[in-house]
Amino acid sequence: MNIKLVKEDIESALIRQLERISGEDVKKCYQCGNCSAGCPVAYAMDVPPAQMIRFLQLGRGGEAFGAGSMWLCVGCLQCYSRCPKNVSAASLFEALRQMRLRSGGGHEEVREIPLPFLKGAPQQALVCGFRKLVG
Amino acid sequence: MMKIPYYPGCTLNTVAKGLDTSARESAAALGFEMEELKGWNCCGAAFPLTPDNLIGLTAPAKVLLNAKKEGGGSVMTLCSVCYNVLKRTNRVLRDDKEKRSIVTGFIEEDYDGSIDVIHYLEVLRDRVGFEKIKEAVKRPLKGIRAGAYYGCMLLRPFKEMGIDDHEAPTIMEGLLRALGCEAVDFPDKAECCGAHLAMTRTDIVERLSGNVMRSAAGRGAELIVTSCPLCQYNLEKSQKKTLEETPGYREVPVVYFTQLLGLALGQDEDTLGLGKNLWDIRPLLKSKGV
Repeated sequence: MNIKLVKEDIESALIRQLERISGEDVKKCYQCGNCSAGCPVAYAMDVPPAQMIRFLQLGRGGEAFGAGSMWLCVGCLQCYSRCPKNVSAASLFEALRQMRLRSGGGHEEVREIPLPFLKGAPQQALVCGFRKLVG
Repeated sequence: MMKIPYYPGCTLNTVAKGLDTSARESAAALGFEMEELKGWNCCGAAFPLTPDNLIGLTAPAKVLLNAKKEGGGSVMTLCSVCYNVLKRTNRVLRDDKEKRSIVTGFIEEDYDGSIDVIHYLEVLRDRVGFEKIKEAVKRPLKGIRAGAYYGCMLLRPFKEMGIDDHEAPTIMEGLLRALGCEAVDFPDKAECCGAHLAMTRTDIVERLSGNVMRSAAGRGAELIVTSCPLCQYNLEKSQKKTLEETPGYREVPVVYFTQLLGLALGQDEDTLGLGKNLWDIRPLLKSKGV
């Protein structure tokens, strides 16, 4: 893929806002790939953690925001615990989710959640799932 | 008898009742009493991963504030998620004055992060001691090959949780050996079960939980213990799929570590809540003559 580096994109307000909300500095990442290697759900992501950070470094916020990966990150923190630079991809995913949820876009509709699950699941799964996925 | 303030959390009052009852009875047998907080609310079930999301800290802050008001210097949890959320929130309130003033402003009462958040496993290891547990065992679980599944929330992030090594923890294995089991180490013991994705993505949970179960069974585990109700639910629920998909795989019951502790201490099946588990542990016990 050819990517043209544009200063205005790299310093865009969107990416600055993402860094502010997540508390992460995407430039710290040197792309070792430990996060994607350790991530248990990377196999199902269209843009895995290391690649998502790379897009943000290159000013391609649209790719990070457009990917579905944020809804799959479970927050297990395997990425963060294995990152030699102390970058938390999980925090970046959470920031992406927050920005989407705050702008009114939920990912899951409560009425679409299967009834047997609502009846039998541990409450903690519902509380956590609603907080992460429902707008 | 030593009294320890106890925060059960939502799930231990309902789906994971066995985790609660077996722990209370075991505590009594080991010389401490779990004194449930008079006032408590849900911890929120997820520590906000961004420093920006302060509203997510208000629920756990209220729990901590209540625990302090009730006079204890510490609060103990059994659920890994409660432990994670309360411990991390406590640290923010203790170390970050600016955030503390915002969060305590929301809950309209000050709390300074001065109590300690501890896990039941830490009490067993550090206050009771595995040696003493070994002496208290009435029904040794000899010959049972048990794998300890830690999952994520008990261990990570290591710098904040600090209960044990985050890549190669051994605290539960120490307990298993004290109970007479053979502790089986397996590669995926600190991998994720799929957590809240159980709500909508059972395919992912089945794959992740299946990997954990295959990893344990592959090392010869006949039983899995865990401390998290969501891990227990996911591992149990996914096993049907794991059985279908994995040639040669045989079912492995998944129980709470306190159920195994209670069993070894001689508790009856009602207290242990064994009937609620999806995969029955009793045939295994029978086959081992326990």
